Amino acid sequence: MPEYKILIIEDSPTMRQLIAFALKRLQGVRIVEAHDGVDGLKKLSSEKFDLILTDINMPVMDGLKLVSLVRNDANYRTTPIVVITTEGAKEDRERALSLGANDYITKPIQANKILDLARSLLKPA
Amino acid sequence: MATDDEKGVSYNAEEFLQLFKKGAEFTQDLLKENERLRFRILQMEESFPDSGEETIVTDENRKLVERIECLERDKAEILERIAQIERENQDFAERYVEVESENNNLANLYIASYQLHSTLDFPEVLQIITEIIINLIGAEEFAILLLDEKTNELNAMATEGIAREEIPSMQMGSGIIGSVAKNGENFFVDDIEGYTRDFHNPMVCIPLKIKEHVIGLIVIYKLLVQKKTFAPVDYELFTLLAGHAATAIFSSKLYSESERKLSTIQGFIDLLTK
Repeated sequence: MPEYKILIIEDSPTMRQLIAFALKRLQGVRIVEAHDGVDGLKKLSSEKFDLILTDINMPVMDGLKLVSLVRNDANYRTTPIVVITTEGAKEDRERALSLGANDYITKPIQANKILDLARSLLKPA
Repeated sequence: MATDDEKGVSYNAEEFLQLFKKGAEFTQDLLKENERLRFRILQMEESFPDSGEETIVTDENRKLVERIECLERDKAEILERIAQIERENQDFAERYVEVESENNNLANLYIASYQLHSTLDFPEVLQIITEIIINLIGAEEFAILLLDEKTNELNAMATEGIAREEIPSMQMGSGIIGSVAKNGENFFVDDIEGYTRDFHNPMVCIPLKIKEHVIGLIVIYKLLVQKKTFAPVDYELFTLLAGHAATAIFSSKLYSESERKLSTIQGFIDLLTK
């Protein structure tokens, strides 16, 4: 089983821990956490990730800006990106998808939904 | 010259020889006929099996019928076993879903508890409680009220989705919020979907308790759009929040006060020693 690297970019420690806790149940994954968009970009430049989960509303650099920058990076043009949003934030969600995000999950986060999404996006081609 | 007697003997011998030859020929014929009939019988036996073989065939049939019955019984048993395994699989699948759900719920509770006790900074504790209410429970508009023991008033210390100034101060024992603070029992409105916001009559009111001592309340006025009702784990989270959030708030307040006092004392000591 190959090792997949997943980056969680989320300013809330509770959410980061919750998402990481759920994803750790997948076999062969390594999880890296970033607390905002800038921290996320730093981590993306230092190593290659197979899946990126990012919150939209974050300080310093929000998720929309991050998705846009990541999609313009040749190394991450095809890497799956999942945005974390609220059901009410429909415009942000649509904007994220139009910028190149692959999917989204809404709060309150349900572990099985994150797992299903990660499994489907990490499926080998 | 042969005598008449001699002629008579010779004639009798001739006649006897003839008769013997005829007898031999007849015997040969009989043997041939016997052989022919045997052959015929064999042919007929081949064409029409005799009763002895019929008995053998019947025995074989009976054995085959018994074997078929035995196999049918085995087949029925195997089918029943398959059906049983399918039922067991179904049970396991259902159980797996339950265990998964329970696991997720426990993870939520663990994370909530872990985060609540991860800091002694009062504003950070309030922020963590807010995050738990948003991300784990799914509330959109709510407030965290703390009891001022001097005035016996409940004042909003943190809010989400509402301006803090909008939340009125409540008197201990007065109205739904005051009653919950006084008796320490959780309050849930009967019709969550039909609820309309009223600051004095919240949708949910959870007392923050250290043992039986209420130090504050969580009051929820609106849930996230997709959150139509509360799941069993939400009630567990409310129970957990009631205890752990209360101790986290109390500890962080004590710590802040002690830090402040320590800083004041240190200031005095510095003044005296310098």
